[in-house]
Amino acid sequence: MRYLLNHLDTAWALTLIHLRLSLIPVLLGLLIAVPLGALVWRNPTLRRLTTLTASIIFTIPSLALFVVLPLIIPTRILDETNVIVALTLYTTALLVRAVPEALDAVPADARDAATAVGYTRIGQLLKVELPLAVPVLTASLRVVAVTNISMVAVGSVIGIGGLGTWFTEGYQADKSDQIIAGIIAIFVIAIVIDVAILLGGRLATPWTRSRMRAGAAA
Amino acid sequence: MNFLQQALDFIFTGSNWAGRAGLGARIVEHLQYTAVAVGVSALIAIPIGLLIGHTGRGSFLVVTTVNALRALPTLGVLLLGVLLWGLGLLPPTVALCLLGIPPLLAGTYAGIANVDPRITDAARSMGMTEQRVLTRVELPLAMPLILGGLRTATLQVVATATIAAYASLGGLGRYLIDGIKVRQFYLALVGALLVTVLALMIDGLLALAVWASVPGADRMRRRMPQPLLDDEVRVDTGAAARPASLTVEGW
Repeated sequence: MRYLLNHLDTAWALTLIHLRLSLIPVLLGLLIAVPLGALVWRNPTLRRLTTLTASIIFTIPSLALFVVLPLIIPTRILDETNVIVALTLYTTALLVRAVPEALDAVPADARDAATAVGYTRIGQLLKVELPLAVPVLTASLRVVAVTNISMVAVGSVIGIGGLGTWFTEGYQADKSDQIIAGIIAIFVIAIVIDVAILLGGRLATPWTRSRMRAGAAA
Repeated sequence: MNFLQQALDFIFTGSNWAGRAGLGARIVEHLQYTAVAVGVSALIAIPIGLLIGHTGRGSFLVVTTVNALRALPTLGVLLLGVLLWGLGLLPPTVALCLLGIPPLLAGTYAGIANVDPRITDAARSMGMTEQRVLTRVELPLAMPLILGGLRTATLQVVATATIAAYASLGGLGRYLIDGIKVRQFYLALVGALLVTVLALMIDGLLALAVWASVPGADRMRRRMPQPLLDDEVRVDTGAAARPASLTVEGW
């Protein structure tokens, strides 16, 4: 704990790197997965194909992907871009399956009502179905953001920056207080991000509170 | 890029598989770390998940534990463990349990808690004791989700067992980490490729087990399940959705 307090400026710099490496992929993944998921939603063949591809990508160990990627894309080994691309792949793989499932869960009467008031198919998707899918998406986003933060830390064994470097440095210098400081710092940022996404999701869906009350009354 | 060619040559050379530091021995070590960590995780997570799922008390605890354990960095715990307890099987097991416990706990809890209350009520009204309700009714119905949790846990542990090598232990991580350290990137690639193949094979086998565990006769018509992280997501969303649906169904 004292190590953390004595090195607050280093901790802050490392936190920024750590967040950049773990959260840019979440944003990119969201930007790819939501349109893709909505696109394949109504097509069973495309949907199964996407799900299968996503499952296989998800099975590839991240540390392995950090090393293999430079063979596939023109980056150098141990480059930051590899981490961002690899984690974007994982995020997309998880979300692209969650998006159609979240859309499936939209109540049929909400959909019928939207059709009845005259929404076009695209308008209905953008203004009715996707907003109603937000709670399920938020849950997936939380899992993926926290997992990414942990994965970036693991990446320090192959020389990737971020708070994980305190683990490798502390281990080599036999300083357990530095490792403990790293564990605390990563734990705190993971919890902060987790709660931030949770609250963001709640703010984006003000109707969920009233719906829960209505459900309890029925 | 001829790293790939070099790596494949290395893998397909028989002499590299033999000996105490050969590929064969490293794969066995890797599987050993995985089996021990998943086994310990199951011994801790499944009884707790069964208890909380059956009694319905402390479900808040499941969500909190799952989120907190997931936020703890595996590598930090592993290296701290080595500094505190020395080399051996204990540090990697503890560190990998951090990955193994959350999906198993979430899967077991969600599996038991999602059993239709009408079914357990029927079992009780036929005179089953609580213990029998749990073992003969709830457990079989929850089996697909429990095994789904086991699948996620195993997958994550196999993938992350590579870091044991950083703490001077064995496993396939040796190739990956030594390869980077001595700048022989084809060796790192050997480790990466073999871990990937191992993960895909184990995941395939466990997917089959999940599919076979679905109760009832119509499993031939069912698609293969693909749970991965979904069971944890289900706990997060399910906790909010359940009270409303239970009230509706109960009446």
